[in-house]
Amino acid sequence: MSETKRQVVVVPCSGIGKAFGTVAREAGYDLCDELRPDAAQLVALSKLVLGDEQARERVRQCPAITIDGCKLACAAKLVKLNGGTNSHEVAVLDVYRKHKDLKPDGIAELNPEGKQLARVMAEELAPVVDELCAAPSGGKHG
Amino acid sequence: MVDLPERKVGIVACSGEEIAEGTVTRLAALKVLHELRRGQAVTICLPLFLAGGEDDRTFAKFYPTITVDGCDLKCAAHGTEKYSAKPAASIVVSELAAAHGITGIAGRRCLNEAGRKAVEVTAERLTTLVDQILGKGEVSR
Repeated sequence: MSETKRQVVVVPCSGIGKAFGTVAREAGYDLCDELRPDAAQLVALSKLVLGDEQARERVRQCPAITIDGCKLACAAKLVKLNGGTNSHEVAVLDVYRKHKDLKPDGIAELNPEGKQLARVMAEELAPVVDELCAAPSGGKHG
Repeated sequence: MVDLPERKVGIVACSGEEIAEGTVTRLAALKVLHELRRGQAVTICLPLFLAGGEDDRTFAKFYPTITVDGCDLKCAAHGTEKYSAKPAASIVVSELAAAHGITGIAGRRCLNEAGRKAVEVTAERLTTLVDQILGKGEVSR
């Protein structure tokens, strides 16, 4: 009998007006493409705005990690609105407060500090993915 | 003389994180905003229509918007219409790229050559639409 490996969905903010939104996006790519490619999958926030049924199903069935770029917390709100569970919510601003030397700048292209901030966030989130994958029901974390 | 509010066009990009065409929408919108039509356009974060304040929904009710979608799900176009108002014009990158013979767009984080070409043609199309909407011609959808 084969056992399906538990997946975590990652929903970053798609903010286009501030560098913090781009950091959220980059952190999502770092986490899902490089650090935990087998366990973490991105879900596009725009699909949750639309209420796309496949995207809704994914956030309902898998624990979600949301990465928000500003206090409006669109990613966290939209996962909840679509019936999902935010197992872990993180805001770029909170991580930046702990790493003031990594001030992000640039929206289309982040500066090196912004990229490093995204990497730091992704590295902090990687163990969260591991814990959620190991948890029997993907319980609330953090 | 009365000071009327400056007329601007709102650009709503889907920014879809899952596919490279989503990255194209984002970069094309930013190119128009910061380089090609500086001061004539603003961007609106699509999720703010649902999760944000009344300001974002109100903007799109009273100002013309152009939506830029990466794929035929058209999240930005449908989302804008559902939560605010019907967009003045819409672009779908996958269709526009195909019409220009651009194939093989890849690299959602770092676009390949085809993706960069798609950014150029999408930004060009956006620019034309901004000009038309701001009164320099008929809007072609």
